[in-house]
Amino acid sequence: MATAKTHTLPMPNHGIKTGNDQVTDIGLKIRQPNEPTLQTMHSPLDRAQARATVKSKPDGQGVCILSVPDIRCGSCVAAVERALNSHAGVLSARVNLTRKQATVVLETPDTDTTAIIETLAGLGYNANHVDILETDDEKTDLIGRYLLRAIAVAGFGAANIMLLSVAVWSGAEGQTRETFHFISALIAIPVVSYAGQPFFKSAASVLEKGRTNMDVPISLGVIFALLLSVFEAFQGGEHVFFDAAVTLLLFLLAGRYLDHLMRQRARSAVSSLARLSPRGAMVRQEDGTISYQELKNIPSGSIILIAPGEPVPVDAQIFKGETDLDRSLVTGEAMPVAAGRGDTLESGTLNLTGFIEAKSLRSADDSFLAQIMRMQTDAEAGRGKYVRIADRAARLYAPVVHVLALATFIGWLLYTGGDWQRAAFISISVLIITCPCALGLAVPVAHVVAAGRLMRMGILMKDGSALERLAEIDTAVFDKTGTITTGTPVVENLPDDKVLCSGAKTLAIHSRHPAARAIAKRISENPVEAKDVNEIPGFGVEASIAGKHARLGRKDWISEMAHVPDDAQSPVFAFENSEAVSFDLSETLRSGAHDAIKDLKASGINVALLSGDTEQRVSHIATLLGIENTRHGETPGGKVDWLNAMQRAGRKALMVGDGLNDTAALSAAHVSMAPATASDAGRMAADFVFLRSNLKAVSATWRIARDTARIVYQNFGLAIAYNCIAIPFAVAGWVTPLIAALAMSASSILVIGNALRLNRTKLHNAEHVPHLSEERFAA
Amino acid sequence: MTILLFLIPVTLCMGIVALTAFFWSMKSGQYEDLSGDAERILFEEDFPLQKTSRRNLKDDSKETFK
Repeated sequence: MATAKTHTLPMPNHGIKTGNDQVTDIGLKIRQPNEPTLQTMHSPLDRAQARATVKSKPDGQGVCILSVPDIRCGSCVAAVERALNSHAGVLSARVNLTRKQATVVLETPDTDTTAIIETLAGLGYNANHVDILETDDEKTDLIGRYLLRAIAVAGFGAANIMLLSVAVWSGAEGQTRETFHFISALIAIPVVSYAGQPFFKSAASVLEKGRTNMDVPISLGVIFALLLSVFEAFQGGEHVFFDAAVTLLLFLLAGRYLDHLMRQRARSAVSSLARLSPRGAMVRQEDGTISYQELKNIPSGSIILIAPGEPVPVDAQIFKGETDLDRSLVTGEAMPVAAGRGDTLESGTLNLTGFIEAKSLRSADDSFLAQIMRMQTDAEAGRGKYVRIADRAARLYAPVVHVLALATFIGWLLYTGGDWQRAAFISISVLIITCPCALGLAVPVAHVVAAGRLMRMGILMKDGSALERLAEIDTAVFDKTGTITTGTPVVENLPDDKVLCSGAKTLAIHSRHPAARAIAKRISENPVEAKDVNEIPGFGVEASIAGKHARLGRKDWISEMAHVPDDAQSPVFAFENSEAVSFDLSETLRSGAHDAIKDLKASGINVALLSGDTEQRVSHIATLLGIENTRHGETPGGKVDWLNAMQRAGRKALMVGDGLNDTAALSAAHVSMAPATASDAGRMAADFVFLRSNLKAVSATWRIARDTARIVYQNFGLAIAYNCIAIPFAVAGWVTPLIAALAMSASSILVIGNALRLNRTKLHNAEHVPHLSEERFAA
Repeated sequence: MTILLFLIPVTLCMGIVALTAFFWSMKSGQYEDLSGDAERILFEEDFPLQKTSRRNLKDDSKETFK
């Protein structure tokens, strides 16, 4: 690395290669369509888009944020900051290691940031622009900050009130006790009204809709405890529950904050994976000039220019130029297709080989991409009906507890002959002791521990409810291209002739076509010098090598000039007037695909393959992996219909997919997973994103989900057992504030301790997933 | 027990000072990048100590070389 000489410490090289497949610190392979030599070339579109992400500051400077996923430690931070600060046009730069982002202050908003990205790429750090507007919410993370402040306030209150309570419990009497109660009230009232808001608001909002959740009994318990205690304090009573009310809030806020932190971390990790999707295009104006236009300002009928390596921004029809298109993310087809004048392009398709000019058919709002997004929103609406396990528990729990408290009140009222103060005190102490502190912690703590374990395995979980849903599945549906297979073809056979091999490689390195890249990668002979290299999109590459004309590409194109055997498959390579050789391409399975599917099947889960590709390729993969249930040639809508039909039949399906065409299906399924190489939309739609390329992540995540569900049920069991013991005491009127404080803390600690077991279980599972446990130790 | 009239306000004030300090540290962005700042100290450039008054220098050398 170039920076090693600038400081004495050795530069860590976290397995970063500056080749095509960048391996990031989490072992993730990013599919990159460009050759390293081509990669550093920036088209006018790149520059224009980079310019659009730079925001200008009031003092005339520019600010941009770069996402640098390869940053891993302090020395990376130092290397990147040093490179940025010494770069022309950069005023200052600061790297955030937690977010893996660099904030760069530029001299003017017009400073060329693509040069900065090239510099970083030269050091082995892949950088991307982040649209500042998009991440503004995340950056400030208002909810997280509010929760943290609420925890601090509740902590302050709990510590001070407990200090006074201990004095009371140990025998303070008379005026001292009254003073202490009075001071406690002064602390508790503002603390509860500030720190209790998340619970009160959530309880109020569900009550409005006529439903109930865990926050209803929590809010009632806390509010009643406070009111009763204030009343008692002014009456000069013996027992107050200020400490119980505030400690309860502290515990529950801690659980809620952990839950929030987990989701926030996963979300920012997922958004840092997002490459800059096209936000604009180069448009030819009526007077012939070419300028950059934002997506929303491109009306239908405008003429857009698309260079090789660029995605198609809006649905368009080619009217000039020929090219090969990678439609794998759009339709699930593994092999590129040739396209020319008159062919229509869906937005999201990747243009591989040729410069094309196209006429946009629809505005961005109506494009294929937008339709997919709408389909996804519709599909998500169905999932909104899922009720989280804690809320399901609360639906049973809350009415029981509230009826019990009411019964206690009436019972004591009758028994004492109208002493309503005594009856109210006891019935409120029932509410306090049954306040579901342990129940409130039972789910988030287990989920946070599970999320930590998943994160160490390179799996991001976006939402706790996803883990609950994953534990319920009975079917696993896989997409083929990009999910079960890697999406890049490999060459199966090579000719023995070395001259032919090096000739084929010479031509192959001049093309972006995946087949050419596969050939270039497989052949180890060195390329030779070639003249007049010419790529003809849709056909192949030709050049003259050592005076002889040579072609690599489609079979029928080669047969114009050389003899091609009848049984040969494309692509074919030949020198003029000689025998041609063919390279058989096949899709590569993702590593761990066999094990993952075997593992799921052995656990009694049905496995199905749902693909947009041709029947031949789908059945080939299905037989390899032993999957009987397959569907081929599916449209995005067809996938959703199939999953919905399955849902209606009472089956709960996990969908694993990566493409744009899977996006709606990912939202329609009961729960979904996507690899890190998925399309941006696919990654956003999925509940889980696995960063390592190994498909075993799917079965491993399912196992953890099942273990977590077991722990959650155990926690519910513990909480209910605690209530069964505590309620009779409360109803009998024996509960003092001291007992309430002890009982609640003990049950909470028990539940947390049980959840922590998730971290150290599963040694007996090691034989099922040996590979993953290895990875875990290596990480 | 009159001492309590003095001690309890002192406790509360200490608590409030700590709470304010925490709010301030949060507002000034000190929790934005916990892992980065922890490692940054190892890799940032060293700036030689500025020569200040004689007395300060003496104190410094005492502390570091003793």
